[in-house]
Amino acid sequence: MSTTTTYTIEGRTGPWELVIGLEVHAQVISRAKLFSGAATAFGAGPNTQVSFIDAGFPGMLPVINRECVAQAVRTGLGLKAQINLWSRFDRKNYFYADLPQGYQISQYAHPIVGRGAVEIELADGTTKIIGITRLHLEQDAGKSLHDQHPAKSFIDLNRSGVALMEIVSEPDMRSPEEAGAYLAKLRQIMRYLGTCDGNMDEGSLRADVNVSVRRPGEGYRTRCEVKNVNSIRFVMQAVEAEARRQIEVWEEGGEVEQETRLFDTVRGATRSMRSKEEAHDYRYFPDPDLPPLVLDAAWVEELRAGLPELPDARRARYIRDFGLSPYDAQVLTAEKETALYYETVAKGRDPKLAANWVMGDLFAALNRTKRTIEDPPVRAEHLGALLDLMRDGTLSGKLAKEVFEAMVESGKSPGAIVEERGLRQVTDTGAIERAVEAVLAANADKVAEYRAGKEKLFGFFVGQVMKAMQGKGNPALVNEALKRRLA
Amino acid sequence: MHPTDFSLRGALDALAEGAISSEELTRAHLDAIERLNPRINAYITVTAEQALARARESDARRARGEAGPLEGLPLAIKDLFCTEGVRTTAGSRILGNFVPPYESTVTANLLRDGAVFLGKANLDEFAMGSSNTTSAFGPVENPWSRRNDPDARLVPGGSSGGSAAAVAARLALGATATDTGGSIRQPAAFCGIAGIKPTYGRCSRFGIVAFASSLDQAGPVARTVEDCALLLRSMAGFDPKDATSAEVPVPDFAAACARGVRGLRIGVPQEYRLDGMPTEIEALWQRGLEWLRAEGAETVEISLPHTRYALPTYYIVAPAEASSNLARYDGVRYGLRVAEADGDLRDLYERTRAAGFGAEVKRRIMIGTYVLSAGYYDAYYLKAQKVRALIRQDFERAWERVDAIVTPATPSAAFGMDEKQDDPVTMYLNDVFTVTANLAGLPGLAVPAGLDAQGLPLGLQVIGRAFDEETVFAVGAAIERAADFRALPGLRAGA
Amino acid sequence: MSLDTAMVRRIASLARIRLEEEEVGRMQAELNGILGWIEQLQAVPTEGVEPMAGGSPLPAAGGMRMRADEVTEGGIAEKVLANAPDRIGDYFAVPKVVE
Ligand SMILES: [Mg+2]
Ligand SMILES: [Zn+2]
Repeated sequence: MSTTTTYTIEGRTGPWELVIGLEVHAQVISRAKLFSGAATAFGAGPNTQVSFIDAGFPGMLPVINRECVAQAVRTGLGLKAQINLWSRFDRKNYFYADLPQGYQISQYAHPIVGRGAVEIELADGTTKIIGITRLHLEQDAGKSLHDQHPAKSFIDLNRSGVALMEIVSEPDMRSPEEAGAYLAKLRQIMRYLGTCDGNMDEGSLRADVNVSVRRPGEGYRTRCEVKNVNSIRFVMQAVEAEARRQIEVWEEGGEVEQETRLFDTVRGATRSMRSKEEAHDYRYFPDPDLPPLVLDAAWVEELRAGLPELPDARRARYIRDFGLSPYDAQVLTAEKETALYYETVAKGRDPKLAANWVMGDLFAALNRTKRTIEDPPVRAEHLGALLDLMRDGTLSGKLAKEVFEAMVESGKSPGAIVEERGLRQVTDTGAIERAVEAVLAANADKVAEYRAGKEKLFGFFVGQVMKAMQGKGNPALVNEALKRRLA
Repeated sequence: MHPTDFSLRGALDALAEGAISSEELTRAHLDAIERLNPRINAYITVTAEQALARARESDARRARGEAGPLEGLPLAIKDLFCTEGVRTTAGSRILGNFVPPYESTVTANLLRDGAVFLGKANLDEFAMGSSNTTSAFGPVENPWSRRNDPDARLVPGGSSGGSAAAVAARLALGATATDTGGSIRQPAAFCGIAGIKPTYGRCSRFGIVAFASSLDQAGPVARTVEDCALLLRSMAGFDPKDATSAEVPVPDFAAACARGVRGLRIGVPQEYRLDGMPTEIEALWQRGLEWLRAEGAETVEISLPHTRYALPTYYIVAPAEASSNLARYDGVRYGLRVAEADGDLRDLYERTRAAGFGAEVKRRIMIGTYVLSAGYYDAYYLKAQKVRALIRQDFERAWERVDAIVTPATPSAAFGMDEKQDDPVTMYLNDVFTVTANLAGLPGLAVPAGLDAQGLPLGLQVIGRAFDEETVFAVGAAIERAADFRALPGLRAGA
Repeated sequence: MSLDTAMVRRIASLARIRLEEEEVGRMQAELNGILGWIEQLQAVPTEGVEPMAGGSPLPAAGGMRMRADEVTEGGIAEKVLANAPDRIGDYFAVPKVVE
């Protein structure tokens, strides 16, 4: 591991360091909402996935969904974090059109998950630990649509009450790359765990990015929070843009004001959220409708035992057990689906050969066909069977590529394609002998040259024999026969 | 005998014997309501047609041999309980013409057991008050009056003033009520009837318009202790829709009324002896203790040292929770909306809430907002939560020595509609004896025990251990038997 | 702690209750009356006392019950919207919010 050089932005008056922390809102994968029995699925008709609880009707009361709690615990375990067996829900009071109760039920003073850590890998091969401050459960708000009517905003409460995990990091990141890598890693871990689908387009994962700048060696300066950034790329851009803005403010003798800002993805700049300028006073207090959340330690252990293998462990195993390079292991474990595909191909076969085929031919095919690993043009079982046909000598490497292309096109198994096209490799020594005989007879002049010492011609003979056999000759046997006949 | 004069138990027997039908019983009450409600104003909404239809259904069920435990009994429902398809106002303008598309668990339980709903009873706005004068639908008049000043209109107490007045005036056999700081027991005492606030968690809060979630409890008011026991048995029970609902069995409360008090130790808290308390209330208290001793109970002086801090604690905790619970009344999804043509959302909120809430509700929302706000939370809210814990501890210590506690129910008899209205704090002092049971979550029952010099009813209160309503009923019924309270209010059906 | 008129206005604003100019003084007096009375709580020693949150009378009550992850509600947009003071299509409508 190389020594880390601190990322800086060069201002007019010298270099500036960045200090970045993220608050990530991750939508919990669950059928029903955190405190009601309404569905969570994306894209339903307005106000169809709303119970009277979600709409804040008089007399309605919240009752917590056990699976949402389990998902938060699983995520906490995946972040190597402390699980708090006693936690509590508080009310965060504020008025907003899409907040029907006039408060958000959240965990302010006593979150379900405490300190944890995430290891990120950077492009230069270094790794870094980013501290997790806490993870808490809370409700999502509804959605306001502002562009449907000239004078009105429309309110859809389908999202109201959907369970979110708010994951707060320590201000441990120092560059846009680190911020991006952290969010990507968080997303990867939750997708492995099956606790958040990480779908940033649908808003399943949003980040509030806290940014400040400082002179090297200084303490923290005032930070600004850039709200609701919804892609990894935008997080990196927002960090950069906000840091540059703050540097300019400081260098012009100004003072950065602590405030909430928005990232304008079109202009690539942040802007102040003027509508939220009024000083907030959320008047948090324990929600009297909800007793404390007390977890059974044995249940937490059960959840721990049921956790899937996480990306870091999987990557280490690929390096250790499969002899893969760190790079290959990283690529193959980036997405759980890729890893599952790879392991199906590699099972009982040469893991390195399997890695080469997945990362080479399969990835190329995905690109070309614009398909994904979840819906691949070639099934993992079929690719595995193709490798088997190479191992038992039925197909040469060259033929295998041809068969693979046919598999991409037809979705058929390699066995079926070999049968259909008669591509079975010829291992009949009699047929090979006959082909060699014929090639040598037709090229008597070259045979003479070869025997006179021009050994480079061996390849020419191989090529001619293979051509005569329409590529189906077993290369090893062809070599052997040629060597014998030319000796 | 006029059909509205039945006790709930008596009516059940009469119905069972076929001496009267539910339709007749219901019609008698509806007639009484028609005659007296314009004066008493105990009902905000009367659902006469629905009531008669349900009564006929009830009679049919009974004829088929399918009578439920409350089959055919006409009841009043405090207008804080959401009733499916029937306007529910909480006594406030802000709910406008809100018609709940759902039924509260407590009222659903009563319907399950065969009850007939006559209508929705008046109350202080959002149950905030002790006089039923804060209702947006006008004050309720107590059916009782002073012997030497019969024209003075008296308050029925609050917030369940409509429920208590309806039952006292024979406009219902019984009623649902709720109690956050004394709102069942104080109006029951003022109206000369019985009422119990059960243990917190005994009745589901689902579908009851929330005032202060950690204090609100539903309970019945009725003319006898046993009638309360019958109603509570149907109202109570575990409800998975309320996370604070207790998963405990519901005993036969009515059976407990006959238990007697022999061998029970009755606590007498010295701190409930207030300076300036009317001597007749002190005398009533002593008489009550004497009755219990005569029945074989032992009375024991106890100390509940934090009692004097209970009201200030309550007036932090309850407004704080209310300020948050009432945030949902914003003119967006239901209820009143007041908006200027060119106003923004904030303006809509502020105008709607200014026009929709009455003065007392606004005051409490303001207090609650303040005590939760940054910089004041620790000094007020957190402090109050700690004192609340001490109040609960006081009771826990007391339960090591006694089985029940007996106190006066209120520091005075019913007062005039124009009295005590100037200073909010004076009004708050009405709940001085009742509020501790809410803070500690304990059951408390008010039972009529005598009259003051003006001929107005006075009540005693029995407080019990958590989920030990049975002992509370036993003690309350013993007081009731000894008191032999037969006085009747001047304003009543059949009079 | 006694409230000045600025504080009264600030609380009203936090609570989204419009206070007319002439109401501020009366509200201030009433609130200060109540707060002055509440002030007596400061005299209670509460060092080391665990605050009581929630209404359960049983201090040792276990944690809250959890429900199964099942879809049991929803699909009632009409009922949800039935009481709305203003709706357009299947949406609640409010004056346009500028973000
Ligand atoms: Mg945040
Ligand atoms: Zn959040």
